[in-house]
Amino acid sequence: MSGQEPVSSSARAPLLQAIGITKQYGSFLANDGVSIDLYPGEIHALLGENGAGKSTLVKIMYGLIQPSAGELRWLGEKIELSGPSDARARGIAMVFQHFSLFDNLTVAENVALGLDGSESFAAMSARLAQVSRDYGLPLDPKREVWRLSVGERQRIEIVRALMQNPKLLILDEPTAVLTPQEADQLFTVLDRLKGEGRALLYISHKLDEVKRLCDTATILRDGKKVATCNPRSETAASMARMMVGAEIGEVRATTARATTAPRLLIRDLSMAPDDPHGTYLRNISLEVLGGEILGVAGVAGNGQDELFSALSGERLAPHEDNVIIDGHAAGNLSVTQRRKLGAAFVPEERLGHGTAPRMKLSENALLTGHAASHMVKHGFVDRPATLKAVDTTTKTFDVRKAKRDPEAASLSGGNLQKFIVGREILREPGVLVVSQPTWGVDAGAAAVIRQALIDLSGRGTAVLVISQDLDELTEISDRIAVMFHGTLSAPIAAAAATREKLGLLMGGASPETATTEEVFHAVGA
Amino acid sequence: MQLVLEKRAERSTFIALASPLLAVALTLVTMSIFFLILGKNPVTALYVYFIEPLTDSYTLMEIAVKASPLIMIAIGLSLCYLANVWNIGAEGQFLIGAVTGSWLAVVTNGTDAGPWVLPAMLVMGALGGALWAMIPALCKVRFGANEILTSLMLVYVADLILDYLVRGPWRDPKGMNFPTTASFDPVATVPTLMDSGRLHAGVILTVLVVLAAAIMLGRSIKGFEIRVVGAAPRAARFAGFSAEKLVIFTFAVSGALAGLAGIIEVAGPVGVLQPGISPGYGFTAIIVAFLGRLNPLGILVAGLFLALTFIGGEGAQISMKVPLDLTKVFQGILLFYVLACDSLILYRIRLVATKPKAA
Repeated sequence: MSGQEPVSSSARAPLLQAIGITKQYGSFLANDGVSIDLYPGEIHALLGENGAGKSTLVKIMYGLIQPSAGELRWLGEKIELSGPSDARARGIAMVFQHFSLFDNLTVAENVALGLDGSESFAAMSARLAQVSRDYGLPLDPKREVWRLSVGERQRIEIVRALMQNPKLLILDEPTAVLTPQEADQLFTVLDRLKGEGRALLYISHKLDEVKRLCDTATILRDGKKVATCNPRSETAASMARMMVGAEIGEVRATTARATTAPRLLIRDLSMAPDDPHGTYLRNISLEVLGGEILGVAGVAGNGQDELFSALSGERLAPHEDNVIIDGHAAGNLSVTQRRKLGAAFVPEERLGHGTAPRMKLSENALLTGHAASHMVKHGFVDRPATLKAVDTTTKTFDVRKAKRDPEAASLSGGNLQKFIVGREILREPGVLVVSQPTWGVDAGAAAVIRQALIDLSGRGTAVLVISQDLDELTEISDRIAVMFHGTLSAPIAAAAATREKLGLLMGGASPETATTEEVFHAVGA
Repeated sequence: MQLVLEKRAERSTFIALASPLLAVALTLVTMSIFFLILGKNPVTALYVYFIEPLTDSYTLMEIAVKASPLIMIAIGLSLCYLANVWNIGAEGQFLIGAVTGSWLAVVTNGTDAGPWVLPAMLVMGALGGALWAMIPALCKVRFGANEILTSLMLVYVADLILDYLVRGPWRDPKGMNFPTTASFDPVATVPTLMDSGRLHAGVILTVLVVLAAAIMLGRSIKGFEIRVVGAAPRAARFAGFSAEKLVIFTFAVSGALAGLAGIIEVAGPVGVLQPGISPGYGFTAIIVAFLGRLNPLGILVAGLFLALTFIGGEGAQISMKVPLDLTKVFQGILLFYVLACDSLILYRIRLVATKPKAA
């Protein structure tokens, strides 16, 4: 492979240098004079909150976009990358956060599509099997992608990148979709690649991971480089401070929560997906008590979206008593009728699902408010009432915006999420179902949202939180259940839910019988 | 240097208002070039097209008469288009409305039926148009059939039904074999508003429709529903709005308005049911709807403007010997520019320096 010259001394030359990279979109600076040096045999972390400019920087390094100013140097020589093929030709490979795989094609066919096509399909398949075996990333080249787990799909992307024998491998938040055990396997592979003398650029916002894995970390904030440091000599808190630029408020748990009768009941819910590659929900049963937060963990794509739409009423359940809201059989009720029963919902997608992006906030308040508030009288919209709802939400949840009633799309992710969550919480729902409450939200806004959920449950609401963020779930939940392949485990007390235990459940083990070995088998190791 | 389209952070209100005007200006420039090619003086031609009709009270009334069906149809279409429902078949709904409304006029012809005939005809016309529009609507909801194709194809079916009726069962026995029904009785005729000219009561109905649509779209929850379903379908489903019910609703309303316009046209300015009652109102109304920014008051203005091109076109045919089809060319170019200029609402044009590509 490429590690001909094992280098470990600090006097070596950088492989890729980015010098003063600036990228301007209109009046917005996505990158502002960012410089970074990547050395062979080193895992370099790129840290920053969503919107800090990480993706822009790596897209420039991969030739996907051109910088407005600044230059790239490859082994000291100035280069211009006119496209990803240019980057690949020099030995730069990238594994994206969102997979670009065709579900209906096999592993080998997908890999072939991403390569230059200079070798025969049979030879390429053989090489694919060889590389995946060499690196302990087992893959069956003949298997169709839709049959694979998310971890296995990511493996395809990594193997595809490795088949190009890259000198620099860029990984964009690779562990976001993995169970803790799958992540551990990935780290072993990354360590090995580093040992071979390759340079790795590792994008993440999980600080523990970075401390464990990376040799150097560059931190971005608002498009600017804040610092380059050694993550092993920093604390997670000190790096978080640099990322956010401020201390992050601790979420305060309510003490001695009084739980009441179950307010949200799911009874033996089984449902076919409406999308052929979706997940079947199988015999899901759950009760969420008034006054508790119940977390639903799981790797993305294990039926969480299907569960959310069955609960919200965007898809109707087969039987009316599959879903019971405050004692009313709601399985066949519409979204509006469920809201009238006192339920509220926050979907994962902010733009286009939770809000109409090109409509004003007041109209987006009406979007869910028309069902069960006083915004509509005799079929006519009470405009002052919708504006008042915007003002109240703005004040209570510190939503920052340029004017009183802007379009939803003009708000930043964190502020829009505060608006959406706030919009539902201010209706004082009896049941709240939230999907990914803080996904892609800055740490400050995330703390506000988590606190609001805790406070709401303290007032007697049953809160169901679907999230992939285990830290978030253990922080705010009373009990946690895990989704796997469309089934839902029995909930376990959050206090007893260690990362290991949750990780096993996310990999498909049953809580009583699982041994570590079995799970590794289940996730395909 | 190269031109790039850059997304705006928020839609530009200024451009939203200026875009139709810019489109009109560009159309005038393009038309002037056409006139030059035809060997006509563009200034005279544009004068004949756009100014001369405004200088005479008779032609002013004619503009209102022509604009009335355009506006009424376009209001219905704008509801469809706002909801992302592509009803292209208003012409057919117009013709069927004329047919179903005329049925009453034909069967009561020569009897001493009372003044209930005309209101009943208007209701029948609206119902007929709505039912005709239900065909593409139900095909879309039930079978997923593309409503652009189905609604458009039904125009030709409607045309032939009308043709059959006036040449066959409904032909005026005293009509010397002309394909037309007998002239409608006075109780089956829309009254005129002035002693001379063709200005009729249907114009008032059109104004009422515009006002009702403005209130519905701007203030009612139904109007909000229409806008959300069109702008963000998934958010609309989350809001509890059914896109399928809205397909039925918007098709029904736009079909009813087109049908109403059809029967008013027949019972008003034309006075009999015969082929060729529409110079393509149902299609021109598509242009009116977009030129009016799918906004009821905008449509009112746009309808008057398009009517002006019809009247001006007739004038130009007589005085300048240019073909009447030039009016259709004109309307097509206008629609093209309207849609092109609309992209400026969400995007801005910027001139950027091109960098030499890396080898």
